[in-house]
Amino acid sequence: MSRSTDAEATRGGLKIVEDATCTFCGCVCDDIELHVQDDHIVKAKKACVLGTSWFLNHEVEDVPSCRIEGRPASVEEGIERAAKILYEARYPLIYGLSDTTCESQRVAVSIADWIGANLDTTTSVCHGPSGMAFQGVGEVTCSLGEVRNRADLIIFWGSNPAESHPRHFTRYSLMPKGMFVPGGRKDRTCVVIDVRKTKSARAADVFIPIRPRKDFEALWTLRALAAEIEVDLEQVERETGQPLVVWQDLMDRMKAARFGVIFFGMGLTMTRGKHANSEALLALTRDMNRHTRFVCKPNRGHGNVTGADNVVSWRTGFPFGVNLGRGYPRFNPGEYTASDVLANREADAAMIIASDPMANFSQPAREHLKSIPYVALDPKETPTTRAATVAFTVATYGINVAGTAYRMDDVPIPLRPAFDSPHPSDYEILRGIERRVQKWYAAEVRSGRWEV
Amino acid sequence: MTNETFILIPGRTSDQGCGISEGKYAQRYSQAISTVQMNADDMKRLGLEEGCAVRIRSEFGSVVLPVVAVKGDELPCGLLFMAYGEYSSRLMGGETHGSGMPTSKGMDVTIESADPSEIDTGRIS
Repeated sequence: MSRSTDAEATRGGLKIVEDATCTFCGCVCDDIELHVQDDHIVKAKKACVLGTSWFLNHEVEDVPSCRIEGRPASVEEGIERAAKILYEARYPLIYGLSDTTCESQRVAVSIADWIGANLDTTTSVCHGPSGMAFQGVGEVTCSLGEVRNRADLIIFWGSNPAESHPRHFTRYSLMPKGMFVPGGRKDRTCVVIDVRKTKSARAADVFIPIRPRKDFEALWTLRALAAEIEVDLEQVERETGQPLVVWQDLMDRMKAARFGVIFFGMGLTMTRGKHANSEALLALTRDMNRHTRFVCKPNRGHGNVTGADNVVSWRTGFPFGVNLGRGYPRFNPGEYTASDVLANREADAAMIIASDPMANFSQPAREHLKSIPYVALDPKETPTTRAATVAFTVATYGINVAGTAYRMDDVPIPLRPAFDSPHPSDYEILRGIERRVQKWYAAEVRSGRWEV
Repeated sequence: MTNETFILIPGRTSDQGCGISEGKYAQRYSQAISTVQMNADDMKRLGLEEGCAVRIRSEFGSVVLPVVAVKGDELPCGLLFMAYGEYSSRLMGGETHGSGMPTSKGMDVTIESADPSEIDTGRIS
């Protein structure tokens, strides 16, 4: 992967990287101007608060590129040990992948295929339930460019982009003056539905607070209203926390919209109901197309989690939670997803790429991960790298490493790195591991142990 | 104060997001994930002062954290909010109900007063 230099210039002794891409969140903003002094980004113009922190805090860290059982080691030794751990395991897990390039994700899937691993991404603990719902209902969707140019009714459900995707409003959804919404914010109505009055709710024209864990009931109330089915007034208020008149007002706005969009977040997928909540929202969106143009989009979190869904789907046919143990892919969330494979104490080795399950998983899952040999790749020290058998400090994608990331609306975007890192990329580590397991696999085939 | 039942909503915050980039062992991240927020009326009703230690207990684990009042009407009575992180994860169970996703929001918890010396802050493993 060569570095792009056509958007680089020098100004006042600083290297300027134009149209750099921020990979912190799923907005993947590709209009950032980076000012680089030596091996440090000193300014990130147009970046939001999260993007600024991302760019300014990823400098070259003076730490070993590899540690084995906590002791510094060469990268070659680390790759050898990592490959051995994975190849000798009976039920290895490969997990993470949402903060690395598509090129690295592709190699990780290959390794999973060679060793018959269980493969999962952070999607399973983010919009995995929505991924299941897409298969059941389908997704009426669009690009963020269409939202920018057309949407006159924008609903955020269980999502707080003011804090999780700070440029969502200004770059894609609320503020832009678009082709069919020339007045920008004036031409758009914003509705926020949430259990608490978030910072996003303060930017809305209408805020509808709902009872916690009652998204499913509220969505089905709207489905009934869309179909003009009579509903029980008292039951609606008791279940959703809002009188029917509030939902009827929302439905009237939805039917009157020229182009409506629902952005939904983990307020739906992480709470009781999970995929049933997402299914209800996708079905509501589909229903609305009997009346007007309506679309929906999950607000994706990590920079390239959408790339992970795409790459794993190209390679295996399924987006996450894939088991390759029988030599062909099987998909079963709840069985082959990382939380389950670890909490059920099934995996006997793991490779964690660009994620931190030791901080974010349930206690039983963390306890099991800590008890098995595992490999971790991350630019920063985390609870996961600290407890790893083999830990690689890697170069940061988008800052040191070129490649491709997918925006949350499935649009692939090239990365323009700012400066080189002395640490290897995820891609280099993963290719090294792949070469070794390929070699050992070929030797076993030649020896007659495996049939091809 | 006896055990009081609440619904806990872990979620993202700007400080937690910025803290991830600064480093998980840096002060900003540690602080962002180790505070629980409560409606001011609930705090008054329970006799809790700003920064008091409370033990939050779910079916699956417990943590002791300082509690702070949210500004204005951001959080209704009966709900708690905290930034995602190690402490919220300790309260999650491993069961995913066939979805791959543990119930990570809308968790039933109880809270009770705790001794400030028991606060978990800064003990990220």
